[in-house]
Amino acid sequence: MTSLILSTAARYMLPLLLLFSVFLLLRGHNEPGGGFVGGLVAAAAFSLYAIAYDVATARRVLGIDPRFLIGLGLLVALGSGVVSLAQGLPFMTGLWSEYAWPILGKVGTPLLFDIGVYLVVIGVTLTIIFALAEA
Amino acid sequence: MNLILVLPLIVPLATAILTVLAGRWRWAQRWLSALGAAALLAAALALLEFVRREGIQVAYIGNWPAPYGITLAADLFSAIMLVLAGLMGLAVAVYSLASMDPARERFGYYPLLHILLMGVCGAFLTGDIFNLYVWFEVMLVSSFVLVALGGERAQLEGAIKYVTLNLMSSALFLAAVGSLYGVAGTLNMADLAVQLHQVAQPGLVTTLSILFLVAFGIKSAIFPLFFWLPASYHTPPVAVSAIFAGLLTKVGVYALIRVFTLLFVQDVAFTHTLILILAGLTMVTGVLGAVAQNSFRRILSFHIVSQIGYMIMGLGLFTPLALAGSVFYIAHHIIVKTNLFLISGVTQRLGGSDYLKKLGGFYAAYPGLGVLFLIPALSLAGIPPLSGFWAKLTLIVAGLDTGQYAIVAVALGVSLLTLFSMTKIWGEVFWKPAPARAALPASQVGLAGMILPIAVLALLTLSIGLLAEPLLALSTAAAEQLLNPAAYIQTVLGGR
Repeated sequence: MTSLILSTAARYMLPLLLLFSVFLLLRGHNEPGGGFVGGLVAAAAFSLYAIAYDVATARRVLGIDPRFLIGLGLLVALGSGVVSLAQGLPFMTGLWSEYAWPILGKVGTPLLFDIGVYLVVIGVTLTIIFALAEA
Repeated sequence: MNLILVLPLIVPLATAILTVLAGRWRWAQRWLSALGAAALLAAALALLEFVRREGIQVAYIGNWPAPYGITLAADLFSAIMLVLAGLMGLAVAVYSLASMDPARERFGYYPLLHILLMGVCGAFLTGDIFNLYVWFEVMLVSSFVLVALGGERAQLEGAIKYVTLNLMSSALFLAAVGSLYGVAGTLNMADLAVQLHQVAQPGLVTTLSILFLVAFGIKSAIFPLFFWLPASYHTPPVAVSAIFAGLLTKVGVYALIRVFTLLFVQDVAFTHTLILILAGLTMVTGVLGAVAQNSFRRILSFHIVSQIGYMIMGLGLFTPLALAGSVFYIAHHIIVKTNLFLISGVTQRLGGSDYLKKLGGFYAAYPGLGVLFLIPALSLAGIPPLSGFWAKLTLIVAGLDTGQYAIVAVALGVSLLTLFSMTKIWGEVFWKPAPARAALPASQVGLAGMILPIAVLALLTLSIGLLAEPLLALSTAAAEQLLNPAAYIQTVLGGR
């Protein structure tokens, strides 16, 4: 059953929620937020789409197998730890850029780790939700 | 050397990630899995050689100094366990190529296998007791999925028992860690070893040690907490059973040996005597349970329990020779037990059943397989000159040295019953003529891939038996490090 109101709203909510999830991801650097909640909000955006339309449509909008996102996120997170090894420092040592970016401030490997978490959370949540909705 | 210490964690994680990313291409997943397992073994061997030459190694994760950050520490015992984990990982990864069904492969068998290996390696490497809990969870969560993957009826029944009991053990472990933190104010194991000597109420520390004994006791399946093991280990596919049988309970034994040599040595007369009594009871109940079973893998599962008794017997005796015996026994047992499970997979494939009654005639049809079975089976029973003989001999000599004649008698008696169990499998599966209905066309596809790891492990058992000296020397050195934790503490805490 599709509702016109919900499906129209979902189309406008999707970019807003995704934007908000990125905001949460970046804000988590110093304040409440972070990759985990950010990922959940992003996953919620696609879940809303799956409820308003159907899972096949949501999968098409996502455009990528959620399981691939899990692998990608883990790879990014692992990469954030390995960077310091290349410099002769212990695994997962936080490294920071000298240059302060506008809005973001100084970025470093912890942000990379958080992006990894963000992707893994989207991937895991959507794998579960899509599988349950299709069952 | 930071890299060499974290490689046993990075390699399986990277393998798992790559197998996830290669999800659509089955052949790529399979090759990545085998290559990753080989790389893990290589990394573990490099670490062992490094630790043997340069002494205990430490890495401070994130460059946070001990005791505040998480520390990885590898002494000889850790390094030996890592090599064994790498070896079993490779054997099972190769065996899986030939034996795992496509459905399970599609649902993420290979990534789970490597995450499991990462959890096991992490538990062997960490120098932080809360981090140990985390690695246990990594290992358990992936094992929960592996035990249920496929969703067969018997599997789900086994999985429920497995998950429930292990969750209980995790909760106990976490509660014990919390209380320990409340008492000592630190979680770094080396720092704990220092702090626990200064605690005002030694009785409290002993109580906590018993909490740990129960938590790790469930995981390592000692008496009377073992019943989840024989209820679940025979249900998943053989490759999964084999890696569980080889490694998971041994992580529990490793944790027991670690905390009862490093942390809880205040009241040895009480705690270690209790461990010794439990060791005896574990041996006896395990082997008696096995006598009553009539399926190949269930007999083997009960024997795991019985063998755990020998491993913690060395801990209970608490002399250098006894601990060396424990380390040697663990090494011997992991190889032999995994191998026996792998063989049960071959007979199941060829005979179409796991029940002794329905199997038979294997010696007439496949004499080579019979020999491959006899090597680990007789080694398990402790027949010279195989590896089990030296392991048991070391423990028994240590028992006689300390005048613990009761446990020596039990150990010898249980050996005899183990031999009885193994001859029972031999008689039923290999010697007895094949049952009339067994003429169904056996699938020979991929059999060579299943035999290869079995043959290599059997060869290893044989060579440990014939050339016991190097491993015994290594175990003795590891035991000395365990009994004199000053070097470990000094290395982890630095110049403090």
